[in-house]
Amino acid sequence: MSELNNSMTQSSLNTATTSAYEKWRLLKDAIMHRAVVAGGLSVIFAIVVIFFYLLYVVYPLFLSANAEQVAQYPIPEESVGKTLFLNIEEQNEIAARFTDNGQVIFFEAKTGKTISQRTVLLPPDTKITSIAQGSPVSEGAVIYGLSNGQAVIVKQQYKVAFVGDKRVIAPSLKYPLGETPLVIDDTGAALEKIAFKVGEGSATIVAKTADKIRLTSLEKEQSLFAEEASLTRTDSFLDMPAANITDILVDKEDRNLFLVSDDGSLSFIDISKKDAPEIKQHLNVVDVGQKITSLSFLNGDLSIMIGDSSGLVSQWSLVKDTFNKPAFQRIRAFKVSDKPVISINTEQRRKGFLTVDIDGGMGIYHSTAERELIKEKISDGAPLSTILSPRANALLLQSNDGKIHFWKVDNEHPEVSIKSMWKKVWYESYAKPTYIWQSSSASNDFEPKYSLTPLVFGTLKAAFYAMLVAIPLSLMGAIYTAYFMSPKMRIYAKPSIEIMGALPTVILGFLAGLWLAPFIEENLAGLFALLLVLPMGVMLFAFGVQCLPETMCQKIPEGWDAAMLIPVIMISGWFAFSISIPLETILFHGTLRDWFKTEFGIGYDQRNALVVGIAMGFAVVPTIFSIAEDAIFSVPKHLTVGSLALGATPWQTMIRVVLLTASPGIFSAIMIGFGRAVGETMIVLMATGNTPVMDLSVFQGMRTLAANIAVEMPESEVDSTHYRVLFLAALVLFMFTFVFNTLAEVVRQRLREKYSSL
Amino acid sequence: MIKIWFKSGSPWIWLNAAAVSICLIMVVGVLGLVALRGAGHFWASPIVQFSYQDDDGQVKDIIGEHVDTTITSALMAKSSGYKLADNEDVLIQYLIKTGNRDLTDADFRWIQERRVKSQAMPADMIVVERREWGNFYGQLTGVKEGNTVIASGESAWEMLQARLKITLALHEQITHLEKIEIGAINYGFEQLRLKQHRLELKNQWNAQTAKEFTDKKSTYDIDYKKYQAQLAELYQKIRRDSLVATTEDGTELVIPLLKVVEVTQPNKMGVFTKIGHYFKKLGEFLSEDPREANMEGGIFPAIFGTIMMVIMMSIIVTPFGVIAAVYLREYAKQGFTTRLIRIAVNNLAGVPSIVYGVFGLGFFVYILGGNIDKLFFPEASPAPVFGTPGLLWASITLALLTLPVVIVSTEEGLARVPKAIREGSLALGATKIETLWRTVLPMASPAMMTGLILAVARAAGEVAPLMLVGVVKLAPTLPLDGNYPFLHLDRKFMHLGFHIYDVGFQSPNVEAARSLVYGTSLLLVLVIIGLNLAAILIRNHLREKYRALEG
Repeated sequence: MSELNNSMTQSSLNTATTSAYEKWRLLKDAIMHRAVVAGGLSVIFAIVVIFFYLLYVVYPLFLSANAEQVAQYPIPEESVGKTLFLNIEEQNEIAARFTDNGQVIFFEAKTGKTISQRTVLLPPDTKITSIAQGSPVSEGAVIYGLSNGQAVIVKQQYKVAFVGDKRVIAPSLKYPLGETPLVIDDTGAALEKIAFKVGEGSATIVAKTADKIRLTSLEKEQSLFAEEASLTRTDSFLDMPAANITDILVDKEDRNLFLVSDDGSLSFIDISKKDAPEIKQHLNVVDVGQKITSLSFLNGDLSIMIGDSSGLVSQWSLVKDTFNKPAFQRIRAFKVSDKPVISINTEQRRKGFLTVDIDGGMGIYHSTAERELIKEKISDGAPLSTILSPRANALLLQSNDGKIHFWKVDNEHPEVSIKSMWKKVWYESYAKPTYIWQSSSASNDFEPKYSLTPLVFGTLKAAFYAMLVAIPLSLMGAIYTAYFMSPKMRIYAKPSIEIMGALPTVILGFLAGLWLAPFIEENLAGLFALLLVLPMGVMLFAFGVQCLPETMCQKIPEGWDAAMLIPVIMISGWFAFSISIPLETILFHGTLRDWFKTEFGIGYDQRNALVVGIAMGFAVVPTIFSIAEDAIFSVPKHLTVGSLALGATPWQTMIRVVLLTASPGIFSAIMIGFGRAVGETMIVLMATGNTPVMDLSVFQGMRTLAANIAVEMPESEVDSTHYRVLFLAALVLFMFTFVFNTLAEVVRQRLREKYSSL
Repeated sequence: MIKIWFKSGSPWIWLNAAAVSICLIMVVGVLGLVALRGAGHFWASPIVQFSYQDDDGQVKDIIGEHVDTTITSALMAKSSGYKLADNEDVLIQYLIKTGNRDLTDADFRWIQERRVKSQAMPADMIVVERREWGNFYGQLTGVKEGNTVIASGESAWEMLQARLKITLALHEQITHLEKIEIGAINYGFEQLRLKQHRLELKNQWNAQTAKEFTDKKSTYDIDYKKYQAQLAELYQKIRRDSLVATTEDGTELVIPLLKVVEVTQPNKMGVFTKIGHYFKKLGEFLSEDPREANMEGGIFPAIFGTIMMVIMMSIIVTPFGVIAAVYLREYAKQGFTTRLIRIAVNNLAGVPSIVYGVFGLGFFVYILGGNIDKLFFPEASPAPVFGTPGLLWASITLALLTLPVVIVSTEEGLARVPKAIREGSLALGATKIETLWRTVLPMASPAMMTGLILAVARAAGEVAPLMLVGVVKLAPTLPLDGNYPFLHLDRKFMHLGFHIYDVGFQSPNVEAARSLVYGTSLLLVLVIIGLNLAAILIRNHLREKYRALEG
């Protein structure tokens, strides 16, 4: 038709004199045509843009990491000494090389140019027999264990200053406990292995000599009069064989000590009392025949990563056992290689770690997400030392070809995986795997926990209870309004109910949270009584009307039942709530809430699913009602008239003919209503406590996806993992409602075709 | 008989009818609840003086407004720790708004009815509405000028009203000076700073421009000093007077009139005075700025912000919605594409509003806004101009959200325009766009209006997306003011719906703010119901008109 019009107008115009004005008119027509088409299609464009934009933000979450070598250079000042280990500061500008003769060489990480060389003040005629870094590594403390039983603690410092707009970082060394070496073993035996934790003016040092393991605690005491601070020390020995100890770890709270022996066993010792260390646990942490080849604390020092000679890295964490006592337990493991894992570098801000095997194969993993982010060969043969930068975006390693390699690592969002978002995850210091949403934590030691499952659960729970309220009310209402109600009343009743849908949800949420929630709390028994009293009251009234004498019956106008019922319902409601308190006193000896608590152990939350169900049900009723009513009302009249003519009662006609014909429309009404309930934000935000718990109880609150976004989005940092996970939550909501709405719309279009053919 | 009755199906029909009645009761109930509580906010309640026996047996006076009464069963009361005699089966408690937060730390107090020895409503009780610390309840003893008492006893009330009038006038002058004159100077300074930075970035900053700028600055400085002097003088005047009043326990309190908004004696007011007072309060509520973290005072900025946002949104959504509807109805061949568009429209209508908020924040604010800042406002960096939530982005986001409403409504209107009218116009030689523009669209314009009204109603009540894209709890400046370029699209704004959420749930003293929130809710409900009713009326009118045309 429209084409026909076009050709008609054009031909008629072509024959006329084509003045400039005519041309202009045609041009205008053509331009507007294009504009309108573009405008119409832009609706599709809009929905597609929303979808793809959400996807675009979410997508980087699932990218694997990327590492590439950006520089390699000869070892700076190689002649000075052999490397014991490397270190790199936060900005990836300056690296340090610790040599076996007590020199520290600071050099530019990107070029290898020496910046400065410092000498650690070691006593003469001693050799370095052991060296260790304190935990956390970011503090930069290093201890040297010496051949004469002494030890020296130094701290690297990287001072950042701004000269104009340029950042200048000045490296230096500091002696937190003074420059005099600390005498650890007074017999002068060499310290073969050492571990320590140094704090402000205190230190805990654990050292192994040939036959003993010694725990030394030092406390700096500033006396009022003396210039010099004196060190008070506590010494104790561990009651266990020292000979086969291969590695020692002290956590950053200097509360737990871990010893590893060459037979693959781990000893866990409580050293919170420095004079009386308590051996808590001995356990085998590797398979029989395997050896522990590397170990390291995971960030936060709540668990240890242990690499063994079969290429397996396992995570061991303190878990409360069945007797509620802390015990070490393996909570997960990664098969990183077939070769022994010679080093594990843990990230300093996240729960990620980097492994290197004996052949120079490197892998980056995230423990909680159980993700392998990258696997790459970084050197031929075992590298001498590897270090992951504090921000985990660079890697510095000295390979056995005598060069230092500088790698850039791009690993933005390791902490999220399908598993960590949807399945149970065993978090550190939790007794068992659970679903947890906890997007922020007090300190870096605890990771944010992004399990979407409790949120989706909460969303579905809220929607479920809302539908429980809304479906019966709205469908029954729709049946009556469309089919039985007098047309005169329908004119007023339908818009009144539909206007409910226009009420801002923020007002419903406000009323639900501040008026309904306390009201229900006070009158819980009344609410349950209402469920019983209301139908009974209505039935009784209906029966009463039925029993009226014929003459009176005829005076009652047809189709005004709903209006007549209003006082009945109000009286039953008033009755139900006025017996609430006596009912609770007589039947439940106190309150119904307490009764539930004592009898079933069901706790009562003031802002709970019941309140949300009623408030959100209220919000969804108009949506379902309106669409279902339309569907029922537009069932062709000849069907119902036919049925009635064949002798069916109006109710039989309703159930067997009308509902059946309109069922697709009712289905789509429910779908759309459900979509609305799932995405509703303000009501759940205001009428629940917003705690992400997974509890089906109607008396408990929940946190939904939508409310979660509303609460956390304003605080989340742009492009952080949290931000992207919230976008993912939005995408999930979008997809969810998209499926439901599309389904509903397709069903409705079909139904419309069907009706027109009937 | 009952069996036959059940078989006839009539009880089920009654139950269905009951569902309709419940829905109707709920609608009316909610509206009634909001209306009752909201309208009550402005009524001057009487001040009651209770002689109350405290826990320790002493009888004290408590002065305040009786706000609420609860009845608890004895069992429940006992379980929560109240000691009741055996013959008492209920515990009746009153919630009293005692005010005087600066003295007692709490605005409200629960008292038990059985311990009230007597209650009275002395006529000389005053309520002082203060700018800080909420209301004061007590008895007036005198008025002070500086440190000397100038009136006491009977004459104090008259004197107080006279002095208060002067003080309020002074206060208005001060606010005007601070907000408008000095605000303009501050804005000017800020603009100069930005301009200078921009010139520096472009390397056009030289001695000549530097001189121009210092000249401008010095004129601003002179103005500023002048206003400062005026302010100092006004402050000196306004600080002069104060009132002296005693509280329920006889403590004497001096309240500077500078901190007073209004003093009333509700117990002396007659019905007509109260009605007059009611409308005065209502007017203040609608036209004044909020005080005390939104918990007191008016909601004018929220009303203004909502209106601005809705206007901006309408300007954006109308053309798009109408064009899409015109395409669907007049240009597109009914088939796959239109089906797809209809599905898209339905989905746009069904996507949760919070998703629009997320999209708006990410796409409009950070991507579009961030790039606009980089291109056009490099001088403001690192402070964002458009790269932060604000009025423009909120309007665009809501325009997207309300697009389906306008499309569906306009399409319905277009469908109702009889075919004969289009054919007539085409037959006379008009092009398609001329036909649309001159005949079809004007006829469908009431339908567009309906769509727009519904869109406005939806936008006015929407909160969730706005929380992400531009609404704040307290905006220091309105998005429209006397400073060039007058309309500040980048500014954050306040919104009625968010005001309800924020004051009702985020404020430190929810109890004190509750009646104000009911007031705001009532306003919002009235606006939205009004808009919807208007839309329904226009639509019905339109239907009638076309029925006539077709007939």
